[in-house]
Amino acid sequence: MLDPFHDPFFQRALLAGLLIGFTNGFFSGFVVVRRTALSVSALSHTMLPGIALGILITGTLTQVNAFIGALTAALFVGLGSVVVSRTSRVAQGTALAILYTTAFALGVAVLKYLHNYGDLEHWLFGDIRLVSSSDLWLAFGIGSIILLGSNIFFRPLLLTLFESDVAAAQGVPVRAMSYLLFGMLILALVTSLQAVGCVLSVGLLVAPAATLSLLTNRTPLLFWGGGLVGALGSVFALLLAYWTDIPAGPAIVIVLGTLFLLAFLLSPKYGLLPRIRTS
Amino acid sequence: MIDNVGVAYGPVSALHGISLATSCGNRVALIGPNGAGKSTLLKAIAGLVPRQTGTIQWRGTAVKKWSREFAYLPQREEVDWDFPITVRGLVEMGRFPHLGLWKRYSDSDDNAVDHALQTLAIADLQARQICELSGGQQQRAFLARALAQEAHVLLLDEPFTGLDRNASESLANLLAALSEEGRLILSSHHDLDSAPDLFNECLLLNHSQLGFGPTTEILTPQLIAEAFTTPDPASDD
Repeated sequence: MLDPFHDPFFQRALLAGLLIGFTNGFFSGFVVVRRTALSVSALSHTMLPGIALGILITGTLTQVNAFIGALTAALFVGLGSVVVSRTSRVAQGTALAILYTTAFALGVAVLKYLHNYGDLEHWLFGDIRLVSSSDLWLAFGIGSIILLGSNIFFRPLLLTLFESDVAAAQGVPVRAMSYLLFGMLILALVTSLQAVGCVLSVGLLVAPAATLSLLTNRTPLLFWGGGLVGALGSVFALLLAYWTDIPAGPAIVIVLGTLFLLAFLLSPKYGLLPRIRTS
Repeated sequence: MIDNVGVAYGPVSALHGISLATSCGNRVALIGPNGAGKSTLLKAIAGLVPRQTGTIQWRGTAVKKWSREFAYLPQREEVDWDFPITVRGLVEMGRFPHLGLWKRYSDSDDNAVDHALQTLAIADLQARQICELSGGQQQRAFLARALAQEAHVLLLDEPFTGLDRNASESLANLLAALSEEGRLILSSHHDLDSAPDLFNECLLLNHSQLGFGPTTEILTPQLIAEAFTTPDPASDD
């Protein structure tokens, strides 16, 4: 069997998998607690046109461009869905679905004009084996921001998510906490773009904590355990990809999806099979 | 002491002219028809909705927005019971106002949480998710959070709704014990028959105050008729 650990590309991919998997897995705790998986899916698709337009306008792809493009597009689509739902009889979910699929389609169309960056498959499904050292530093930086932000503000964030009116009464800046979550979500999505692409990024940002939610009731475990599942799942998936030649991005999401399925079936307390057996 | 408290939602006045003075150790029922403003008053005292007029004084000083000595217990249907948090996690939230952002969770915080769980007799349920509790146990979990917060004023929104007889009796005993320890309990309540047994003071209201005093003196047929037959144009509690 080949030894992937001596391949410098693979070493970088492993490190990226650990960093991005942990960051996204940790943040997935918020996505699960907030039950916003569908909005995250919409946002992840929305990033594509944002980033494509960013490249089209500036002529180059940098991480800053990517973040600003993704953020702008996400704000447009997110706020746009609110405006449409408030000024018409269309429900916000419906408006969001129309806006994000249209934005995604626009992004695919714009990619045609980006000759140097136009590899559609790379954007859709990512390629973690191509990460550079600067990508690793960025993943590390974003991971640090998300972990620090989440932990420093863990109490007000938790209270805001559980009882926003009580949080507001206690002096928690509820709106600022929502913006903080939104900003961190976009950051997490930007890093996951590299690993799994915009179509699959929602898997990395939902599955880890969703798996943990079937195993534990303790809120902090949802976050740290989610980070662990995201990191180890990504590393295992990379090895699997190396040995089987499956593309890395889909491999990560397949492994995380399988872990979720296993927890759904076998979790001692909340799994389907143990419950059927006891009843 | 509550003086001339009023609340408006936009142009609609939900509540006006509520004034009462009470002290620790009392159990005060807020009684009135649906949409009379009972929940609104509790939320206004808790600082959850802004007060348009009036002042609230506690221990001689004005409470501007919120005091950590006040704890609000929401109506059951207002709680997100599927939120992934254990009973202990919920009670630990009571320590947040003491800890702020930075302070480390210490042994004394742990002791306060343990004590609250034991006082409310839910220590053996602490690892359960809040949705896995019965109605009475859920009330106890929120009361335990209030105790962990070291709150002296408990603002309860229809705590007896949805409880079976045993759970109601047990909650009644608990509230009596908490008030005997010196806590002030303000609770909205819809059952006129049980009010005199459960609460020693009563505020009768229907958007405005119709009476405040000892429960047996306030819940007279005449005042009750007045409260429950007054047309209320803006009925949304």
